[in-house]
Amino acid sequence: MRRKTIGVIAAAAVFAMTLAGCTAGSSGSGSTSTSGGSSSEPYIAIISKGFSQQFWQAVKNGAESEATKEGARITFEGPPTESDVEQQITMLTNALAKKPDAIGFAALDSKAAAPLMEQAKSSKIPVIAFDSGVDSTVPVTTAATDNKAAAAEDAKHLSELLNGKGTIGLVIHDQTSKSGTDRRDGFMDWMKKNSPDIKMLDPQYSNSDLAKAADITKSIIAANPDIAGFYGSNEASAEGVAKGIQESGKTGLKAVGFDSGKAQIDAINSGVLSGSITQNPVGIGEAVVKAAMKAIKGESQPKFIDTGFFWYDKTNIDDPKIKALLYQ
Amino acid sequence: MTTPTVIDQKRPGGLANRLRSRLQQFLAFGGLIVIFAFFSFASPNFLTFSNFTSMLFSTVVIGTLAIGTTFVIITAGIDLSLGTGMSLCAVMSGVFIVNWQLPLLLGVVLAILFGGLIGLVNGINVALLKIPPFIATLAMMLVAQGLALVISKSTPIYFDKVPAFSSISTGNLIPGLNFPNAVIILAIVAVIAAVVLNKTVLGRYTYSIGSNEEATAISGINTRKWLIVIYTFSGLFIGLAGVMISARLGSAQPALGSGYELQAIAAVVIGGTSLFGGKGSILGTVIGALIMSVLNNGLQIISVPQEWQNVILGIVILAAVYTDNIRRRGVSA
Repeated sequence: MRRKTIGVIAAAAVFAMTLAGCTAGSSGSGSTSTSGGSSSEPYIAIISKGFSQQFWQAVKNGAESEATKEGARITFEGPPTESDVEQQITMLTNALAKKPDAIGFAALDSKAAAPLMEQAKSSKIPVIAFDSGVDSTVPVTTAATDNKAAAAEDAKHLSELLNGKGTIGLVIHDQTSKSGTDRRDGFMDWMKKNSPDIKMLDPQYSNSDLAKAADITKSIIAANPDIAGFYGSNEASAEGVAKGIQESGKTGLKAVGFDSGKAQIDAINSGVLSGSITQNPVGIGEAVVKAAMKAIKGESQPKFIDTGFFWYDKTNIDDPKIKALLYQ
Repeated sequence: MTTPTVIDQKRPGGLANRLRSRLQQFLAFGGLIVIFAFFSFASPNFLTFSNFTSMLFSTVVIGTLAIGTTFVIITAGIDLSLGTGMSLCAVMSGVFIVNWQLPLLLGVVLAILFGGLIGLVNGINVALLKIPPFIATLAMMLVAQGLALVISKSTPIYFDKVPAFSSISTGNLIPGLNFPNAVIILAIVAVIAAVVLNKTVLGRYTYSIGSNEEATAISGINTRKWLIVIYTFSGLFIGLAGVMISARLGSAQPALGSGYELQAIAAVVIGGTSLFGGKGSILGTVIGALIMSVLNNGLQIISVPQEWQNVILGIVILAAVYTDNIRRRGVSA
């Protein structure tokens, strides 16, 4: 009798957890946003790489405003940290189950989602890749910054700041996503080709953890007394580089970053960072929804939509054109 | 550092236990010295004042979490809510100090107490509702992670209007010396925790609940009440860690923190505290946390590729627990 009761309770608990798991999966750590209410509106499910970094909030804002304009309904969600590849795959699986009219997807791992891409294709759901590409022919188009070109621009500026010589440290946000490898390789390739007297240390990876990026930066400074410059490949890495330089008390270093965010902008204004590359996150969000609508309507479009990037430093940080791209 | 506790003395084998726990500390300390010597030899840039302080600095957050959770682990419990609980407390410090503009000291105290609240809920779940600590704190880990994002609206809270807040961590109390306050705070916290663990009723019951909860209860001690007290006390350290990390970063980062709990638990285990309870020390935990950060720093300094750094860290954890096991088997044989 007692065993039976326990069994029933256990079964109920498992059931409840499954339910909870489903709801948690569908809402994820992201919030659901809707515009308009009619169910005849096309529904676009957007799975981003993150949610809490300001960059993703800016992408979300761009997507929402474009959706309102085009009369579409969107949901926007992303895993809590940019190393949660598996969680993101779960989100994508659940999004597919909702049978949206189109999917926007920024892959944390460019290969992990390949089987799901095939599934989307067979259910005739068009996929718009954004931010980093997916190793698959399924996405109709990819709306992203040309990360290699953007990183090369960063390399060019750092080389100029150092007059083409010196040892530099590289703090890269991760080693599996395409944006991580592109920003690493784009930077390193440009340096090797154009600035051979700059010695690049082995890249270190921050996993987008600000504190970790700061500790890495300090270790590099300690290990290389002749260090002259740094490159941080995303918001957390660049802010960590700035933090590490400040904590170490070392002066005269030149450092360049990527993206924006309040701490990074402050570091540029105070001179700890010399400048940074900003992408166009709002533009990426808009482009995803725009491309999704085109795909739903069956219009043709290019395979790659370059959403652009800009170098900014103390001199142009208040320029309205740049300011519009920076987020705090 | 360690002094006999009353319960320990009454328990058969208490003296031997104490000696063993001392021995593990020596082993861990010896390990730390060996690692330290190795890196000093391998790179001239390792043993410099600034690198030394930055190693200590990077120990602060994990160290604070580890010291607090040593109490829980000695009761044979575990706390998986350390990392995200810390993020939640960091966010709450932002809410108190930046959003509500409370006086700095009050905000800090409230944030630390909020950590105590997390511990209190964990304690009630474990002691009264009899939920296994692993599950209770796993649930809290998720709740805290979610709440940190909800409360902060998924955006970091910046303390730039309150520069005094950052100086809690990055300021230099010792004039003319670039020695961050955070390290001094960690040292003070470690001493307080060691005194509580070794000299107070709370500490005594922590050991005795971990050694044998049933026997402790039979001897007339309200183990439920004391478990709740222990989890709450340990929660205060989660709150403090939240304050320390946001003070260091000048911002409360709501997404940071998952994974920190395992690093803290690893530090405790390397320091010789048994996951089966009843055995452990604050000094050991501090040494364990130092081993972790010295390894992290040293491997970076001698340019070991990052992929391998985690492999080495994992092997060190295994080695620490393995030597502990061999030694214990040797003693009991």
